Amino acid sequence: MLSDLNHLRDGESASIHEIEADPALFHRLKALGFQSGRCVTVLRHGILKGPIQVRIGTTQVILRREDAARIKVQRVA
Amino acid sequence: MKKIALVGMPNTGKSTLFNRLTGASARVGNWPGMTVELMTSRVILGDVYTQIIDLPGIYSFHGFSDDEKVVRDFLEKQSVDLICIILNATQIDRQLPLAIQIRNLGIPVLIVLNMADEAKAYGIAIDEVQLSEALSVPVVLMSAKYGSGTGALVASIQRNLKSDHPPVTGDLTRAFAADHQIESETTQALNASVIFPTVLREDRTALLDRWFLHPLLGLPIFLALMLGLFQAIFRLGKPLQDGIAWLLSQGRDLYLDPLLDGFPPLLSGLLLDGLYNGVGTVAAFVPIIILFFLGMTVVEDSGYLSRIAYLMDSLMAKLGLDGRSFVMVLMGFGCNVPALMGTRVMRSRALRRLTMLVIPFSLCSARLQVFLFLTSALFSTDAAPFVLFSLYLLSFLTAIATAFMFKGYFPSTEPFVIELPPYRLPTLRQVVLRGWQEVRHFLHRATKFITAGVLGVWSLTHLPPGTVANSPETWAGHLAEWMMPVLQPIGIDSQLGLALLFGFVAKEIVVGSLAAIYGLEGDALMGLMAEKFDWVEGYSFMLFTLIYIPCLSTIATLKSEGSLRFAMVSVTWSLALAWAACWVFYQGARLLGY
Repeated sequence: MLSDLNHLRDGESASIHEIEADPALFHRLKALGFQSGRCVTVLRHGILKGPIQVRIGTTQVILRREDAARIKVQRVA
Repeated sequence: MKKIALVGMPNTGKSTLFNRLTGASARVGNWPGMTVELMTSRVILGDVYTQIIDLPGIYSFHGFSDDEKVVRDFLEKQSVDLICIILNATQIDRQLPLAIQIRNLGIPVLIVLNMADEAKAYGIAIDEVQLSEALSVPVVLMSAKYGSGTGALVASIQRNLKSDHPPVTGDLTRAFAADHQIESETTQALNASVIFPTVLREDRTALLDRWFLHPLLGLPIFLALMLGLFQAIFRLGKPLQDGIAWLLSQGRDLYLDPLLDGFPPLLSGLLLDGLYNGVGTVAAFVPIIILFFLGMTVVEDSGYLSRIAYLMDSLMAKLGLDGRSFVMVLMGFGCNVPALMGTRVMRSRALRRLTMLVIPFSLCSARLQVFLFLTSALFSTDAAPFVLFSLYLLSFLTAIATAFMFKGYFPSTEPFVIELPPYRLPTLRQVVLRGWQEVRHFLHRATKFITAGVLGVWSLTHLPPGTVANSPETWAGHLAEWMMPVLQPIGIDSQLGLALLFGFVAKEIVVGSLAAIYGLEGDALMGLMAEKFDWVEGYSFMLFTLIYIPCLSTIATLKSEGSLRFAMVSVTWSLALAWAACWVFYQGARLLGY
């Protein structure tokens, strides 16, 4: 089932389907390891609509929810 | 001389490697994009005379941040003999494409897989020989932090500098070419040489994050940690400060006073009351400042700053800033200048400008000296820490007010996406190097600004010859007459006004010039201050010192990183805000009968 990264719950993993971002953000995300097919795990959500913390491979990244919304993921059944 | 450039992503330990190779003390920080200036050092590696250049960390050549532009420009215009590509071995899977891009530039390269110790702890096995063959590039596995593999790296650098090739510039069009080709080469190379563990262990970092990033406890823990750190610094620093002050006054009583006995009073006054007391009073704060920076180093290198960015981001977003802006303000507690430079990692010009407008309100270590001095002179030992704390609070409040006032002019849609490094403890070597760097920095300032400022203040308050010191007939007296209409309504007298005037150059001068004006030092000076000023006047003076003008170096940085107009806006705004805040406080307090 397709979803946005910001819709995953704490502890949930998914595989990255597609990144719909402008070139600058796209390349930054790619350099941090966000690439189609890779598995990403949401670790926690910040309080007051704060950023979310995710793990991708051995890298941990924090990103705002609106930026996470640009990452389309395929939930792992 | 052979030129070697260090290139790599942020947070790969590039600066640590630079320090390891050169022995110099570049700033090392566990915060993405920490290297803010081009650090270079000339050093003999084995038998080759080299110049090593530490370039800012970049994520890719496609980037638009100022840091990324610096690296692109450098590689395109400066010819080098060798590029050392530094990769974080634990993240080799996502960092290898950048290495391949750099290799394609056409400059000889060498890959340094740093943080071998962490990779091993994660259970990642890397076969460097296989990797080297797959990429046709020499590869060295090492730990810059602990030093293992340094010998192999130096040997490899030597081997690669043997040829008589002239240095070359990079061809950036080649770095942009054929993304999918780079991807398939990455996959092939990784398959041939790296084994990742199937499941990552729940490690120390995850455990700590459960507390430090806790939705409710995260912020209170942050505040408690900061308070604890400050407590520790002052507890440890106070006796050291008293010790130095005692030594300096002994030195004057026992040696300098008798030595200069026969000198003309004006000259001995200038040397002893002006120079010695002035610089000495400032020097007594050096131990606290060193401890302060040691504490900052531990926090910076620990990886905790990125967590603070996470905790503060949603609040900062309401002010038009982001989590990184808050971290820069924290960095500004040490010194505003590197904090301003640190904003180079921001891509959006508006966000960067707004952050740069806010940083000068950050209570830097130079202002801290003024406040330490005045709080202990004018308040009881029990009250002093709270007064100091209130000033830190006001530092944040003025920053917030400024962001709120100006956010409409600096709209930004910059994404907030940053890396969270694992928690790390800096080695003793890193901490000591940094402490030494601060001492050197102070001595540098002392010889340049503080000495000149203190001598200037003394001369103004004691000349022309034949006038009574600090009287209206002195040059300072005339100056004061002109300043008084502005300063009287906020409870600042002419001598303090003079200190403020010179404090414009560097805030350390404020304390030094008070010593020079009154010809006293240490406890005697504090006693006099307590006699001359009540707490309302003292606090108004501190408030003005906190807000009015960042030092000359900060203004110069605002100009070079922004523009002349931007620097003028910043200075005008802080002067106006300082005067308004002091007027409200002073008149309000007097109205209430204090």
